[in-house]
Amino acid sequence: MTEPHEAASAASAPSAHDAHASEEGLDAHLVVERGTFRLDVALSVAPGEVVALLGPNGAGKTTALRALAGLTPLSGGRLRLDGTALERTPPESRPVGVVFQDYLLFPHLTALDNVAFGPRCQGATKERARARAAEWLDRLGLADHAGAKPRRLSGGQAQRVALARALATRPRLLLLDEPLAALDARTRLEVRSQLRRHLAEFEAVAVLVTHDPLDAMVLADRLVVVEDGRVVQEGAPSDIARRPRTDYIAQLVGLNLYRGEADGHAVRLDAGPPITTTEALSGPVFVAFPPSAVTLYRDRPTGASARNLWRCEVAGLETHGDQIRADLAGELPLAADLTTVAAAELDLHPGAAVWATVKATQTHAYPV
Amino acid sequence: MTRTARRIRHTRRTLQVAGAGAAALLALSACSSSDDSSSTTSDSSASGSSDKLSGTVTVFAAASLKESFTTLGEKFEKEHPGTKVTFSFGGSDSLAASITGGAPADVFASASPKTMKIVTDAGDASGTPATFVRNKLEIATLPGNPHKISSLKDLTGSGLKVVLCDKEVPCGAAAEKALDAGRLKLTPVSYEQDVKAALTKVELKEADAAVVYKTDVHAAGDKVEGVEFPESDDAVNDYPIVRLKSAQNTEGAEAFLALVRSAEGQQVLTEAGFLKP
Amino acid sequence: MTSPTGTSDAAADTLRGGPRRRRRRARTTGGGSGNSGVPLPLLVPALLGLAFLVVPLVALLVRAPWRSLPDLLTSAEVWQALQLSLVCATAATAVSLVIGVPLAWLLARVEFPGRGLVRALVTLPLVLPPVVGGVALLMALGRNGIVGKWLDSWFGITLPFTTAGVVVAEAFVAMPFLVISVEGTLRAADPRFEEAAATLGASRFTAFRRVTLPLIAPGIAAGAVLAWARALGEFGATITFAGNFPGRTQTMPLSVYLALQSDPEAAIALSLVLLAVSVAVLAGLRDRWMTTG
Repeated sequence: MTEPHEAASAASAPSAHDAHASEEGLDAHLVVERGTFRLDVALSVAPGEVVALLGPNGAGKTTALRALAGLTPLSGGRLRLDGTALERTPPESRPVGVVFQDYLLFPHLTALDNVAFGPRCQGATKERARARAAEWLDRLGLADHAGAKPRRLSGGQAQRVALARALATRPRLLLLDEPLAALDARTRLEVRSQLRRHLAEFEAVAVLVTHDPLDAMVLADRLVVVEDGRVVQEGAPSDIARRPRTDYIAQLVGLNLYRGEADGHAVRLDAGPPITTTEALSGPVFVAFPPSAVTLYRDRPTGASARNLWRCEVAGLETHGDQIRADLAGELPLAADLTTVAAAELDLHPGAAVWATVKATQTHAYPV
Repeated sequence: MTRTARRIRHTRRTLQVAGAGAAALLALSACSSSDDSSSTTSDSSASGSSDKLSGTVTVFAAASLKESFTTLGEKFEKEHPGTKVTFSFGGSDSLAASITGGAPADVFASASPKTMKIVTDAGDASGTPATFVRNKLEIATLPGNPHKISSLKDLTGSGLKVVLCDKEVPCGAAAEKALDAGRLKLTPVSYEQDVKAALTKVELKEADAAVVYKTDVHAAGDKVEGVEFPESDDAVNDYPIVRLKSAQNTEGAEAFLALVRSAEGQQVLTEAGFLKP
Repeated sequence: MTSPTGTSDAAADTLRGGPRRRRRRARTTGGGSGNSGVPLPLLVPALLGLAFLVVPLVALLVRAPWRSLPDLLTSAEVWQALQLSLVCATAATAVSLVIGVPLAWLLARVEFPGRGLVRALVTLPLVLPPVVGGVALLMALGRNGIVGKWLDSWFGITLPFTTAGVVVAEAFVAMPFLVISVEGTLRAADPRFEEAAATLGASRFTAFRRVTLPLIAPGIAAGAVLAWARALGEFGATITFAGNFPGRTQTMPLSVYLALQSDPEAAIALSLVLLAVSVAVLAGLRDRWMTTG
């Protein structure tokens, strides 16, 4: 079961190895079994690193987060933070701070008392706890809202209070569950960049859970993609964006992705026609190309410059920014982006027969 | 619920003092209010022929009469095949309130002249009530009499937990009379709401002694031990019985009255601890 | 997309046990359609129900011996009984709070085998005739009861016929109201607040004390008011378990009942006092904690 972990960490940032060596940071193998669902995720994070658990709904991201916090017991595996085993430590004794999805600010306490709650529980006197809370609120630009009850705070303010509350306990592991999901689009943009700054300042381990690839890529140094309770890919955001390994990730980053057997410049797909690539490889490979690399013709193009030529049928059309995305079925199911003008000239409509070409130079093949 | 019911049961005085409003309330609880029917049935009693009895005889009787009257009812049904005796046992005051409120009954046997007076004052009795038994107070104490109680005076000793009936209920009034007669002062731990409650406290060994009726001690069997005391002679309770004006079964009612006052009936009653009138 | 303030507001409302929300709703409907929108099949039984509850109280007022009322009310016995009633009902409520709120928490938050059965047992005093409850208490806590025996021989404590016994009897009958009310509020409250507290270093007890308790305070207040009112009117269990002795165990309901035997006017007057005091207290508490408009 450690297999994906080994493979992944080999490809990931070297900092993870350093963490292992010095026993600093997070070293976890989370196994949680609940009915038919099994979460089995290995996670190594160095201090100062921000890792995002990215995955579709129901993949087990939140379960992993709860397991790290001690709110869901582990069925197996291990959990070490800065060299200390935490498997049997109750949540209140773990040096872990959590920012919950809807923040869960205590509605009967002011922002200040919400933030002072943690220090108080850790044994600080009321005055000291409040002083510390005030410091945190100040650092997060919330000094003016110290006396406000949560229901008087805006979404962005509440998010920062929640962050301050989690940080005020000086955690060695900061967990953020969909930190931006509860915000509207405009606030989100602003809060995202603030959060990025605060996470960059944070000296210990930060793990965030999100289903939004943009949030993950902006906020995290490293992504761990979880599907169906397992890690399917792990690496730097740019790496994942360039070389997706599952349909889910390919969809997230907006690439057409195929799997096949390479023999030189030709890749025989498991199901479908061959694709010609620039890279010369052999063995099982992934081939990816962006929808914008696809050119559509109504009639079979005569110029044979593109080797990759497939006969398709338009399955659906939708606007995608200022472009039109065409979902094509046929020999090779693929997505193609074209301008509105081009779509009109081609008289595209569902059911229309088209020819699709992709230049070999626009494709990217990499070993499985 | 229980409390309301009990309140209604004990509202006899309400009728005398507060009058019509409360009476209407009681009429509701008694399910029937056929006041005018009483005049029609009163005449038929004159032409009563006692050869053949039938039908149901409804007897309202004080709770303390339960055991002995049930026995008498069975005897009655055996002697007069085809008849049936139904009883409603309860506190005399609540029974009286039901009767004046229009409850259908043939015979009323009360535990005190005072409660009987409610019925006669309301004109619901047919004829003059007659005393058929008397009841005397007795000290109920724990089995084996561990505190060696032999007189009413012994109850005044310190350290003993004694319960009395509240002065407002007959057994409490009688106890007060007896204490006065003996020039004794007794501070109980509680003034219980009725004689059964007082007895229960001794049965459960929560109290060391209670002043209750001889018949109650008798009915409790060996759960309590009775101690007689001379002052009880000054507080004897008369039990009057009467046929009611609204009686549906006058022959049956008269026959039951006769049984109660017969030698046979008196024997059953004295066996239960009652005194002859 | 729901704004986070909206979400937390809604959560807070649920935690507050609802009345706040009810008030808000009442306000919005009150401004618009008014009473004309109430359908007849609801209005008629509703008014009938109201009359059913109110007419007996009105009758009590109509039949009250107003002329002799001042004399009756200034008598020392009445004040003694009233004082005892208030002290005992308040003490019984306090006892119910101390042991009832944790019990409600246990029922709402901890899963254990037989929880359904335990919940049924907790509500048993609601269906038990109070007099039977009193007898049961005697058998348990009486001088000769299965527990009372040890209380007596070890600590020299006997509860029957004492003011403490009144408190015990009233708490026995009143506590289920509190437990049910608090458990309902706890169930409606978001348990994740307790989890959030745990991640901040709060032990389960600290989380309960500093987070859960304040959040469910309105539910506790409502339950306490119910329990207090029930304790104030308690009769059957009290007279059975604690007996009846003026100044020690004779509460208002007991003296009302006994007064009915000989002096119904006094009984009505006493009832009026009890009624007035409870209405005053309940109205006062509702204004403060359970604002319903």
